[in-house]
Amino acid sequence: MRARTRSNKWLIYIPLTLAAFFYLIPMYVMLVTGFKGFEEVSLKTMWDLPKGIRFDNFVAAYEALAPYLWNSFNMVLPAAIISSILGSLNGYVLAKWKFKGSEIIFPAILFGMFIPYQSILIPLVEFMREINLYGGLPGLVLAHIIYGIPITTLTFRNYYATIPKELIEASRIDGCGILSSYWHILLPISAPAFVVVIIWQFTSAWNDFLFAVVLTSPSNWPVTVALNNMAGSQIIAWNVQMAGSFMAALPTLLVYIFLGRYFLRGLMAGALKG
Amino acid sequence: MRIKRETLLSVALVTPSIIAIAIFVYGFIGWTARVSLSKWKGLLPDYTWVGLDNFKGLFQDPRFHIDIRNTLIFTVIFVIGSLIIGLGLAILLDQNIKGEGFFRSLYLFPMAISFIVTGVVWRWLMNPAMGSRMSGLNLLFDTLGLDFLINKWYTTPTWGIAFIAIPAIWQMSGYTMALYLGGLRGIPVELREAAQVDGANEVQIYRFIILPLLRPITLSAMIILGHISLKVFDLIVAVAGKQLPLDVPAIYMWQVTFDGYFFGRGAAIGILLLLSVAVLIIPYLIYTLRTEAEV
Repeated sequence: MRARTRSNKWLIYIPLTLAAFFYLIPMYVMLVTGFKGFEEVSLKTMWDLPKGIRFDNFVAAYEALAPYLWNSFNMVLPAAIISSILGSLNGYVLAKWKFKGSEIIFPAILFGMFIPYQSILIPLVEFMREINLYGGLPGLVLAHIIYGIPITTLTFRNYYATIPKELIEASRIDGCGILSSYWHILLPISAPAFVVVIIWQFTSAWNDFLFAVVLTSPSNWPVTVALNNMAGSQIIAWNVQMAGSFMAALPTLLVYIFLGRYFLRGLMAGALKG
Repeated sequence: MRIKRETLLSVALVTPSIIAIAIFVYGFIGWTARVSLSKWKGLLPDYTWVGLDNFKGLFQDPRFHIDIRNTLIFTVIFVIGSLIIGLGLAILLDQNIKGEGFFRSLYLFPMAISFIVTGVVWRWLMNPAMGSRMSGLNLLFDTLGLDFLINKWYTTPTWGIAFIAIPAIWQMSGYTMALYLGGLRGIPVELREAAQVDGANEVQIYRFIILPLLRPITLSAMIILGHISLKVFDLIVAVAGKQLPLDVPAIYMWQVTFDGYFFGRGAAIGILLLLSVAVLIIPYLIYTLRTEAEV
């Protein structure tokens, strides 16, 4: 019985490999198309490997998308960092300094990460107009910070909950207050949680389309909006679109390849999140 | 005295976030609700009370009927597809095989990519052109002799929306797999061994012991996937643009509000989306937090 299951084990690799092909198809098409020379590109031969390595498509896509890629970077970095800091403070208080009403506040904050943003979009646009942040990147950054608070708070609260109470109590006996306990005890051991949360926020802000398309004017578009616009136009050829898609995916893909373990951990911590 | 000061300080630390959430989540939802009950149509705000007229108008609107139908079809295919593929891959990966980490990362990477990128690429993969202009997957099927698979994808009459679920499954089934794999790893080895001692075969172990234990994971996954599909928007826009046969509430909301300036109706769609998500999420939140408190 045992022996039979073992000898048949290689059979498992058949469905696993077929699934791997399914997940790799879009990457394959993006890359083989991207590396073809312009004269080689044709829908008829889209599955063929390139004859050599050429960068025509990537150069053309970069020329079209460069300013938007920079917009994305300029928007994503402050958004990820600030919402992580806020989440860390909230998580600290909600895990270690529970006050009257904090057990109601936590789910009330969490609910914010599930709402369909269509239900706040009109006031958001009106509000940004009112405070003169409509159309630019700062308004988009603000939206990502605030709507990022629920997930960052959840992750940090769960992380700090695993840290023994005694550590905080000992620091209090040594005369630490709430702020110095955070600064001297929790912050130095928060690096893993910060990595998880910053990766998560970086990815979701980079990949966002809805906030970007309603809050920013064309010169401030992040790359997702620019790419979608490029794909909808008849002027830019499909091969350049493929190269552009790859460039728009590359930053989060690199984050995933190099920090994938943390990314997975973030997913699990945010099992609540969609 | 010191305790008191510290309590105040702890409240002060979370106050900025609480205020932000109170305004941007709850305040804005209330504001949207108010707009949904108003006459506002045009560039300038008009808060004249019209009761539920916007909701009535919506339910009489044939376009909204298409939206509901499309959302239902999309949700069923997307959720069931992701669950089956995710569970299948998780079970295969749980067999102590070499290269598990490699396959796991490979199945999960689409999660890191935006729906826009996914949409733009699948738009070309699912190119519906036939005959000499054939390309994408149809061309691949043609070359491989799998002609019966050649189809018109998202331009298929009536069922086009079902094909939009394919890139959505491509993107989210790896995530479902990760959830199930986490669940499988949480099942004690002793349980399997005890069943083996009792003479159960592999299939029986899965059927009677493991699958029932995975039920809570299936529930979480259904809720997460379900609420994604209610909100689906960018993927459809990137694959097919805005066209009526593939319309969903989120696209209608966007167009009627920001292209058509019918804010009252846009807000009504927003509120309906919120209500349908809340029906899924609130019991789930209460359940999760309660079980967490028990531990």
